[in-house]
Amino acid sequence: MRHRKAGVKLGRNSSHRKAMFRNMVTSLFKYNRIRTTDAKAKELRGWADRIVTLAKRGDLHARRQALSIIREQAVVHRLFDEATDRFGGIEGGYTRIVKLGRRPGDAAPMSMIELVAGDKTRTPKPSKAKTAEAPKAPAVTPAAPEAADAAPEASDDSVDAAAAETTAVPGPEAADDTTKSAAPEASAAPEAEEAPAPEPTGEEAPETETKTEEK
Amino acid sequence: MAVPKRKTSKSKRDKRRTHDKISGPELVECPECGEAKLPHHACLECGDYKGQNVLDKEED
Repeated sequence: MRHRKAGVKLGRNSSHRKAMFRNMVTSLFKYNRIRTTDAKAKELRGWADRIVTLAKRGDLHARRQALSIIREQAVVHRLFDEATDRFGGIEGGYTRIVKLGRRPGDAAPMSMIELVAGDKTRTPKPSKAKTAEAPKAPAVTPAAPEAADAAPEASDDSVDAAAAETTAVPGPEAADDTTKSAAPEASAAPEAEEAPAPEPTGEEAPETETKTEEK
Repeated sequence: MAVPKRKTSKSKRDKRRTHDKISGPELVECPECGEAKLPHHACLECGDYKGQNVLDKEED
């Protein structure tokens, strides 16, 4: 029975699992968003929340505890410097997971996991204000005039916020790199599935172009 | 041992299999670009999910 046994095994022994999640949580705080499987993303939330809690505590012991998990010192120090600004207004749930569909090759369900407070360039605001503003902003930026007319309440600064957002967050290539760095033991057979799958964005780029021409 | 008296006819076999249908994936229309997408997933065409561009796609 699984009673009172939290967590997932992911087909790994405990040392392998711990090593993998240390890699992944390092990548997450380094790149702000990473692409991985659904199961790993869900388990990674707990690791990320734990690190952010340590960072918000911010004392020397907390810093050393974080350093014992995160593999890159610079990542820890940057996070501890920014923690109150980025996560001060949020209590738990510091990550967001968006499902992306299935990976070609093994049909594993993939997700994108990102920190809710994406980058230091973004102004820290409570999540409510962000969700209220953010949905409107991308609707304006597409070159669809109807959309702009339909959403006149979206102010100019919301457009700016959207622009800043798109430039600030690393692109899919960066997310790709993180999946690579999340698996330094790529030679090990189970880790090989961490190797970046064929990038769907690259394949679809010409397709979307033709579609816009048709329109 | 109990044994079938008759070979199952093609008709009987095929009728049995009428419930072995396979259905395509459930799809919804992306509210941003109108393409078909999986529900509760980011749209792979425009990268949009709940009004946020989650894939850093080019806006078109």
